[in-house]
Amino acid sequence: MTSFFQNLGMSYEAAWFTATIAGILLIALPLMLAVAMIIYAERKLWAAFALRRGPNVVGPFGVLQSFADGLKVFLQETIIPSASNRGLFLIAPIITFTVALMAWAVIPFADGVVLSNINVGLLYILAISSLGVYGVVIAGWASNSKYPFYSAMRAAAQMISYEVSIGFILICVVLWAGTFNVSGIVEGQRGHIFGFINAYAFNPLLFPIAVMFLISSMAETARAPFDLTEAESELVAGYQTEYSSMAFALFWLGEYANVLLMCALNAILFWGGYLPPVDWAPLYAVPGIIWFFVKILLMFFIFAWVKATVPRYRYDQLMRLGWKVFLPISLFWVFLVSGYLMFTGHFA
Amino acid sequence: MTTIAHLIKTFTLWEFVKAHMLTLKYFFKAKATINYPFEKNPLSPRFRGEHALRRYPNGEERCIACKLCEAVCPALAITIESEPREDGSRRTTRYDIDMTKCIYCGFCQEACPVDAIVEGPNLEFATETREELLYDKAKLLDNGAKWERAIAANLAADAPYR
Repeated sequence: MTSFFQNLGMSYEAAWFTATIAGILLIALPLMLAVAMIIYAERKLWAAFALRRGPNVVGPFGVLQSFADGLKVFLQETIIPSASNRGLFLIAPIITFTVALMAWAVIPFADGVVLSNINVGLLYILAISSLGVYGVVIAGWASNSKYPFYSAMRAAAQMISYEVSIGFILICVVLWAGTFNVSGIVEGQRGHIFGFINAYAFNPLLFPIAVMFLISSMAETARAPFDLTEAESELVAGYQTEYSSMAFALFWLGEYANVLLMCALNAILFWGGYLPPVDWAPLYAVPGIIWFFVKILLMFFIFAWVKATVPRYRYDQLMRLGWKVFLPISLFWVFLVSGYLMFTGHFA
Repeated sequence: MTTIAHLIKTFTLWEFVKAHMLTLKYFFKAKATINYPFEKNPLSPRFRGEHALRRYPNGEERCIACKLCEAVCPALAITIESEPREDGSRRTTRYDIDMTKCIYCGFCQEACPVDAIVEGPNLEFATETREELLYDKAKLLDNGAKWERAIAANLAADAPYR
């Protein structure tokens, strides 16, 4: 894209700057649109699982429901509780939202289509998704209200616990791919099984951690069955209790952008990202971005499916699962994978 | 042996897989809900909805201001004032129902000796302000005029069971 702007007669620096801004807009704006549609899709999916109809009045089949909700939220009054810490209260949703968008910079949408193809992409994602908890914790603290505060405590403990096992899970994938570069990991899956299946998930050694990553990513995004941070039967609306209007909308957008990011990560790390499922020439006629989106949507279907099926975990169960099940297993799996790779001379 | 079976079940997430298969089966089933504003469920003739004051077919008000409904109302939602009319018959000068107090028990309808106050089949009378729910006599008579046909049909359908 930089060379395109250079051909328009810009200097290299100006062209690079313009190209980056254009790239950010090209990712962020469709992402916002995708979030709106994904919220609608999710409501429709839950409705279908519960034998209901879901939103079906605004627009054809109710597709504009999210926009109607968004408009309603924009027109609301922004209420800042007088007892709150004003600055932190306002900055928390901005952090959540920004951080949710930042990680998309290293996601490859197709072969070579990535905003910044950095070599430590996976580390970057891990760092950014750890930052996400700040938005929640600050929101809970700044609200100066007991339920948001409880929610923030839970969120901090929960997200940190699962990040540990996610780290080990990522290490298994990185060991196998031999790179931290996200595009490199996708390319590493080309013809991974029997020379023609493009997915790590079908590797018997990696399938268990694919499942573990799926579960951990639900815990990481605080989705059901791990949505203890906004357990409405206990904590009203969790850390969002005191928020209204745009601040509330930013939390929602950030949360769902995070969910989409986790779906994308699942697709990239274990299901071949932008590669077609099978390494067969005619399938490459479909653009990689379509395969990528289809995989994200399938992962999202699983997310919604789980949310519609499994009841919420108790807090001690959540902690037990994170520290006493996932952590030992993922640690053991790092040994297993690296041992296997050592013996087969993969490291050479 | 059972512990081993339990372990295998736990680590293959067996219960979860089963649960998800079940919900997936429901996912493809026909919807159980109706398309509400466009489709409506049938209502019983005994349905207790919005109140209405009825008139006789010749246009005369049914209500004779006996105040039985006011007396029986457990929510104290009904207020009645009455005076003799020029022709000497007793009629209400004020008949108010506070719909925000009403609990839709139907006792007013049961108490009424002349079938004047009834709870009609209308259930879509939500308003944007609270004041609109403080019904007066004119509003109730207007409801009666609007819903008379449905109310009469419902009363006739329920009559054999009374």
